[in-house]
Amino acid sequence: MEEQKITVRKQKKIRDYTKWKMILFGALAVGVILVAAFAPYLTPYDPYAQDLTQALKPPDRIHLLGTDRYGRDMLSRVIMGSQTTVFSALLLVLVITVIGSAVGIVCGYYGGKIDSFLMRLSDVFLAFPGMVFAIAVASVMSGGVMNAVVALACISWPKYARLARSQVLTVKSMPYMAAARLSGSGTVKIVLKHIVPNIAGPVIVTAVLDIGTMIMEIAGLSFLGLGATPPAAEWGSMMSNGRSMLQTSPWVILAPGFAIFLTVMVFNLAGDTVRDILDPRRQGRKGGGD
Amino acid sequence: MDRKEKRMKKYIGKRLLQLIPILLGITLLSFLLMNAGTADMVDVMESRTGAAFTEEQKQQMREELGLDRPLPEQYARWLVDVFRGDMGESLVSGQPVFQAFVSKLPATIYLTLTSVLATILLAVPLGILAAVKQNRLLDYLIRFLSFIGNSLPNFFVSLLLIYFFSLKLGLLPVMGSSGGWKSVILPTLTLAISMASKYTRQVRAAVLEEMNKDYVSGARARGVKERKILFGSVLKASMLTIITLLALSVGSLLGGTAIVESIFMWDGVGKMAVDAITMRDYPVIQAYVIWMAVIYVAVNLVTDLVYHYLDPRVRLGSEDA
Repeated sequence: MEEQKITVRKQKKIRDYTKWKMILFGALAVGVILVAAFAPYLTPYDPYAQDLTQALKPPDRIHLLGTDRYGRDMLSRVIMGSQTTVFSALLLVLVITVIGSAVGIVCGYYGGKIDSFLMRLSDVFLAFPGMVFAIAVASVMSGGVMNAVVALACISWPKYARLARSQVLTVKSMPYMAAARLSGSGTVKIVLKHIVPNIAGPVIVTAVLDIGTMIMEIAGLSFLGLGATPPAAEWGSMMSNGRSMLQTSPWVILAPGFAIFLTVMVFNLAGDTVRDILDPRRQGRKGGGD
Repeated sequence: MDRKEKRMKKYIGKRLLQLIPILLGITLLSFLLMNAGTADMVDVMESRTGAAFTEEQKQQMREELGLDRPLPEQYARWLVDVFRGDMGESLVSGQPVFQAFVSKLPATIYLTLTSVLATILLAVPLGILAAVKQNRLLDYLIRFLSFIGNSLPNFFVSLLLIYFFSLKLGLLPVMGSSGGWKSVILPTLTLAISMASKYTRQVRAAVLEEMNKDYVSGARARGVKERKILFGSVLKASMLTIITLLALSVGSLLGGTAIVESIFMWDGVGKMAVDAITMRDYPVIQAYVIWMAVIYVAVNLVTDLVYHYLDPRVRLGSEDA
């Protein structure tokens, strides 16, 4: 009996902060997106204006994050870079979510030949490890952030297709689906009204958790010279260009590096919280984290 | 036991059959990709050598290389060559691509193995510790650290490590695979930090799941010591999941080393591919893509088979439900 009491007392102690976490991290994520949206108006200096007399100045009161080798203000470039990186990551996640889920819904709903064909196709894409295929795609398409987005979209859609497909298969066997069909609903109506809302939760959770990963991968491709190309202010390529100055002027690397780190962290925190709210399997064991 | 072996054999056969369309898909996709560029091999060779060919010369070269044939025929010929281990010559060095790939593979495998080892040494104890101290300070600390590790791209981690350990403290060499055992430390650490951040959470989740099972409460009620429950039953049961997770990571690591290899000038296949990209050396990129995919598929298959063999709960052949 005593053991029982202790358990009860313990459960009372764990408060549910999920709502407050969502407000905080959601606000931070929106803040990052707003900074990216209004980047051109927020930069203290022109991010592309060169001033060789001011080259490689360490951070001081005039240039808060220092300057790069062309005397460009690092803070302005980091702010400007958020636009490229954050928006291409958001676009990428949107594209793969929509395409992947659409493929998954078609596969799960119709089954048969089209299902096995599309699933075999996704198997092939999943057979390439990590960024290997993205590197190949991006190298054929010769640079540009949009090409990096296309390259990453190629390798990332199958995850969503598989997720959506398995969700559709679960939903399909529910009694209300039979009821909907019996009452004369057409395919389009069934998909939009009964399937999409019911599979949206897990798909959205995956999508939000993917934003941070995609930011890192886009920056990674740019770092390799396969995404944004110099003069463009983009975090990955800024770090790549600063590599040789790591010893003498580390701020050239650290500023965009921490920008990536903090942005990814904000989106990951927001993603984790969205998962806690939306994922029904986690209900009741909150505080357990993973 | 006999029946199990029979079923196992049948399952292996089935998985090997499933491999055929995947391998064909991998090669077809890589082939199409390299033919999707606007410039073909002859154009690349022209711009590389700096020699201006006449249209007739170009045409002749295309005929020699078989580039004037229809795509399906080109693919079939190329595929036969690939299986013979002939993937053409590098446009830059003129050396056979496949041999170059094979000669650089050991360095990548070496780095992969040290990274997996470091990941195990970090992730397994930390994950178990976090699970045992669930919702206590230590758990929060470990989860916080793994969260930070998850938000750091590995090229940033490598630059940070170089900055502190090589440039500030002067402890370790910056780059190269020639500097003996010391040069492997930083690239290994880079890869292990991001991997361990991911796997610590999964080890923790696996151990927690096992600890929430009824038999654990049962053992506790009978007065079995916590330590004995943990090491005797819980860890034994969750080890299978943990080992599978780590084995699967070997495959993704092999492909994920490209950036880290090129930063640390580690002379493996990843660096070879990154160098080839800047030189537009398509045959090299192609060899890298195909063989990495094949290795990845093979590692995953073996892991899967071992998992099926070891785990009595997994029903063979029920994975495509």
